[in-house]
Amino acid sequence: MSATRQKPLQARLGRDDLIMRGYMLMLALYLVITLALPLYTMLSKSFSTYQFDLSQFQIQVSDEQGNWNSDPKSAAEINAALGENGIQNFATSNDGRLAPTKLFPEFSFRSPVNYRIKGNDSSAVWLVGSKRHNSTDWLELDSNTFRRVSLRPVKSTGLANYATYFSTPALSRSIRNSLFISIISTLITVTLAFAFAYALNRSQMRFKGFFRLVAMAPILVPSLLPGIALVYLFGNQGMLKAFMMGESIYGPIGIVIGSVFFTFPHAVMIITTALAISDARLYEAAHSMRAGRWKIFRTVTLPGARYGLISAAFVVFNLVITDFGLPKVIGGQYNMLAVDIYKQVIGQQNFEMGAVVSVVLLIPALLAFVVDRYVQRRQVAMLSSRSVPWQPPRRRGFDALCLGYCLLITIFIVGLLGVCQYAALVKFWPYDLSFSLKNYAFDLMDGGGWNSYYNSVQLALYTALIGTAIIFSGAYIVEKTSGFHKGRSLFQLLALLPMAIPGMVLGLAYIFFFNNPNNPLNFLYGTMGILVICTVTHFYTVSHLTALTALKQIDPEFESVAASLKKPFYKLFARVTVPICLPAGLDISIYLFVNAMTTVSALVFLYSPDTTLASVAVLNMDDAGDIAPAAAMGMMIFYTNAGARIIHLLLSKGILKRTQAWRAGHAAMSS
Amino acid sequence: MTDPAASYLRIEGLNKFFGQFQALKDIQLEVHEGELVCFLGPSGCGKTTLLRAIAGLDLQTSGRIEQAGTDISTLPVSERDFGIVFQSYALFPNLTAERNIAFGLENSGHNRREIKARVSELLELIGLPDQGEKFPSQLSGGQQQRIALARAIATSPGLLLLDEPLSALDARVRVLLRRELKELQRKLGVTTVMVTHDQEEALVLADRIVVMNHGLIEQVGTPADIYCNPRSLFVAEFIGEMNQLNASSTEPGQLQVGERMLRSEGGHWPADAANDLVAAIRPEDILPQANNSDALNHLDVTIGDMAFMGSFWRSQLHDASLGDNQLIADFSINAVRRLSLQSGNRLTVELPADRLLAFRR
Ligand SMILES: Nc1ncnc2c1ncn2[C@@H]1O[C@H](COP(=O)(O)OP(=O)(O)OP(=O)(O)O)[C@@H](O)[C@H]1O
Ligand SMILES: [Mg+2]
Repeated sequence: MSATRQKPLQARLGRDDLIMRGYMLMLALYLVITLALPLYTMLSKSFSTYQFDLSQFQIQVSDEQGNWNSDPKSAAEINAALGENGIQNFATSNDGRLAPTKLFPEFSFRSPVNYRIKGNDSSAVWLVGSKRHNSTDWLELDSNTFRRVSLRPVKSTGLANYATYFSTPALSRSIRNSLFISIISTLITVTLAFAFAYALNRSQMRFKGFFRLVAMAPILVPSLLPGIALVYLFGNQGMLKAFMMGESIYGPIGIVIGSVFFTFPHAVMIITTALAISDARLYEAAHSMRAGRWKIFRTVTLPGARYGLISAAFVVFNLVITDFGLPKVIGGQYNMLAVDIYKQVIGQQNFEMGAVVSVVLLIPALLAFVVDRYVQRRQVAMLSSRSVPWQPPRRRGFDALCLGYCLLITIFIVGLLGVCQYAALVKFWPYDLSFSLKNYAFDLMDGGGWNSYYNSVQLALYTALIGTAIIFSGAYIVEKTSGFHKGRSLFQLLALLPMAIPGMVLGLAYIFFFNNPNNPLNFLYGTMGILVICTVTHFYTVSHLTALTALKQIDPEFESVAASLKKPFYKLFARVTVPICLPAGLDISIYLFVNAMTTVSALVFLYSPDTTLASVAVLNMDDAGDIAPAAAMGMMIFYTNAGARIIHLLLSKGILKRTQAWRAGHAAMSS
Repeated sequence: MTDPAASYLRIEGLNKFFGQFQALKDIQLEVHEGELVCFLGPSGCGKTTLLRAIAGLDLQTSGRIEQAGTDISTLPVSERDFGIVFQSYALFPNLTAERNIAFGLENSGHNRREIKARVSELLELIGLPDQGEKFPSQLSGGQQQRIALARAIATSPGLLLLDEPLSALDARVRVLLRRELKELQRKLGVTTVMVTHDQEEALVLADRIVVMNHGLIEQVGTPADIYCNPRSLFVAEFIGEMNQLNASSTEPGQLQVGERMLRSEGGHWPADAANDLVAAIRPEDILPQANNSDALNHLDVTIGDMAFMGSFWRSQLHDASLGDNQLIADFSINAVRRLSLQSGNRLTVELPADRLLAFRR
């Protein structure tokens, strides 16, 4: 055999290959620009500190005749001579400016005195108006012009911001708080959700469909809405305040209850899937061995659902620790990481510290993400092994217990939503409980009025349309391109990354990246465009995975057949792939729509007066004390999403019906 | 058919690696214009890999492929000239049978009427003139297979590639479609390469068979040639039934089996053969004799179990002089009746020297 290994042959690329690779590169570039670069900018921000270094500058003052009698002095010396009237705080930010007139208490712009200024070296930068100078030669200015001089800070790179962060207890305490709240919420949610999913899967109780529907309702509202409901129930004027036994709802208790509310559907979905795939044959075997119920539960049910439970725990943990809206509304003085980012950036304009908190928040989020991915993979492996669905027996006592439990959960979920709706409709809680629509006069409140609502719907529609197109075609390309392994792995990585990035972090990263005047994409800042881009990127991963799952079920040889018939791949894509995947496409759209309606975290940094949003309006109205209108707006989001879900359902049903002729058999063929 | 000797597809020195694993080893092959060639071999031997290399779907690591005189070694799929049918058929589920067939014809310079005419002609050709409106899921497996075939030949490609096109069908349909496929291929005269691991299919269908094993071509030849003159023990035992007797040899053409010396004149005598040999003969080549005889290659044996197989009796033969070796012989019903063969009888059989083959183990 002359099978010596030489350099392997390289395929000549056809037109299809070139188009596909080009498109993949384009999408990769999109993800790099909308994800990797902003994150990188943010990371580097967290390592930069800006300080005014007065010793860089020399300043000399003339007498009233313009003679330079006095000695030139460094600005630092001048400042030192001022004692406690001088400048004390030199820390600043990227575009900090310091007026040197502050060094001259007697300064007047009408004075005939002249000033000259120079740097010790070219790293000393100052502005006259907006013109930049960094000369080491004297620049002479009359006092009227000197008024327009501002000194610029020097940038240094290092861990100084982190040092400050960890040595400021008010800041670093949030790490403990966030972990504490997330762990407690995770334990409670997963336990409750497991019991709920167990009741749905393993009992013969009635109204299962209804309970399934109720359990999904929290997905349709922003995470801060339960916070508002809790304020109404247990807040200072809450009707159930007595139940708190002196504790305040503002703080850990409120955050945990609200977190359980908004993470519950996610946990139920994951655990239901895990329980549904547990193998019936195991149960039959266990029963035939006369194992006790508790023993079966411990030895068959729990191990079978173990990956589901772990996965649910990490997803819930991630949702809670990265959530911003809820602790903002009901956290009171209790600081959490995600809120800290907001406070640093919006409250104190300390962008560098915001970046530091973001990096801190990234670590647990990334970790949870990695574990979840690993566990999901194991579960998929379990799923593919053929198992027989388990038909639970009818047990009266147990079924009644399940029904009772699910009713309690229903009361919790529907109750919180109902409180919001009720509060939105009454005149003045709790004093005047007559109905009125005055809380819907959003135009009279802070938060952008009804425009916010229309903007949100617009954003959700754009996100659903554009996002589905981009994400689905991206998944198609990465799944069906032949060869080009490195490029495809890189793209996969980029597509998975967004899931690990908390919304607050993404939003802040966008400020750093897009708000930089030197960035050619700066024009996007403050537009609807950047909101759409940010939302698509934020929710990229789940949609991408949905699309991949659908695409993997299609015969991989379709592309080969089309190529052998000399049909370009995009014809195949349009005529075969898209029609087959239409249901998955609809699922992606509704997912994007609902999330775009409810998300607050990333967008709270990015909206402009022209692009205020409903979810952010809920936050802002609540902040301004207009709690009832906030609840009203929150419920508007709920109804909009519920409406969208119904339309989605009808569309899906319609499509399935219309394509039943070929789908029915198609499913049978692949089984 | 044009000049049958003209080589249409020529493969030279083809190797394919998957990482460290070598799936194809130095493949040399010529396929003549208009012939139907079968790649035959056990699962995992590289048949599909070779077919996909020819199609350009999985590029070979090294080696050259020529089709109709042009080098297509590295050409992208869409610039090659072939039609293909996969084991799964890969019919587009959301398009009707007609639309599936027309898929390659649309936007290729044909107008609507021409396409319609061509599709009807093809539906006629595959014997499904009135099934065009149906979706693939509404067709039987055999019908789907024919639609896939029609789609592959719709654009009149120079080469037809079939990867186990019949293996998803049940046995009866398979036999039926085998014949239709052969007729169709004859009628169209299209050069065809078909992958199968069903030896019967290969024997019935192929003009020539390429037997593969572990990424190597073991033998290329007509079905009769492969059957009667296998070049290696692998080919001998992979196709049809074959008796294998442990043997040794001291001189070419002489085989020692147990205590018996047998003369072998069939096939190719293995070079520098000594101890580790196999004497091989097909069951139907063992001839029962009416009279005792100790002529060349005549053996006295005892008949063991006899199993009725329809047109013949499969009989086990043994004798102390053969050592551990057993023979299986297929005796025609006539012979059994004429010689009144019965389990337990003694019998003389001939292992004709020209049918007795010798291989290295
Ligand atoms: N993409 C791949 N990566 C790694 N190994 C592969 C790949 N494709 C095929 N192989 C290996 O190459 C060998 C030949 O595979 P091939 O599919 O050509 O076999 P085959 O003869 O068609 O078998 P079958 O009759 O089962 O279809 C096998 O051992 C297989 O495991
Ligand atoms: Mg194969």
